Amino acid sequence: MLSLPREMVDAIVAHARRDHPDECCGVIAGRDGVATRLFAMENAERSPTGFTFDSAEWLRVYRDIDDADEDLLVVYHSHTATEAYPSRTDIRWSVNTPGASWLLVSTREPSYDEVRSYRITDGEVAEEEIRVT
Amino acid sequence: MAIEVRIPTILRTYTDGQKAVEGKGDTLSGLLEDLDGRHPGLRGRLVTEDGGLHRFVNVYVNDEDVRFLGGLETALNDGDSVTVLPAVAGG
Repeated sequence: MLSLPREMVDAIVAHARRDHPDECCGVIAGRDGVATRLFAMENAERSPTGFTFDSAEWLRVYRDIDDADEDLLVVYHSHTATEAYPSRTDIRWSVNTPGASWLLVSTREPSYDEVRSYRITDGEVAEEEIRVT
Repeated sequence: MAIEVRIPTILRTYTDGQKAVEGKGDTLSGLLEDLDGRHPGLRGRLVTEDGGLHRFVNVYVNDEDVRFLGGLETALNDGDSVTVLPAVAGG
């Protein structure tokens, strides 16, 4: 289960809507499994079908999280034409962020925000409940 | 000459859990060869079989992504700092 404050979920959805039709991306830092900070990041690909963290920004964010003794709790991104379910590309890349939840937002429906979260381990996708606090 | 190399969590299996290791080399390529002697397997996670930088990692020299410098041929000087991070991407 992933517990997130309402304002973080709202901020992720707002980010996804703002960047639509391109995918958005970012991370949430945490401590002992508790979400502490949200980092809305640049999608260096600026693409409707993929995302890559901007390398310079990712270095700053990673250091910031590491220096604060926080962990990478969530990697989030949007799908703009398909459901909020990890693609094969997502599953392949998730090995780089062990222990982090992969949260997806779908913006394909203009009036419905689909927000779902997953644990991906050795290519196995397991959905987890998001508890909004 | 000594160059500090910061290693991300997912690659610390190659460095006995150390967050940073030291190596030497005139180029990034030379540094990775040097490190591989003491940390076997590390180079293979950063460099592909055909000798390019693996796209699953970002390597920075003094906080500059080496893809925007000289890639594996980026020149190194004593006191430089190298940081390795997992790249994050998806579709």
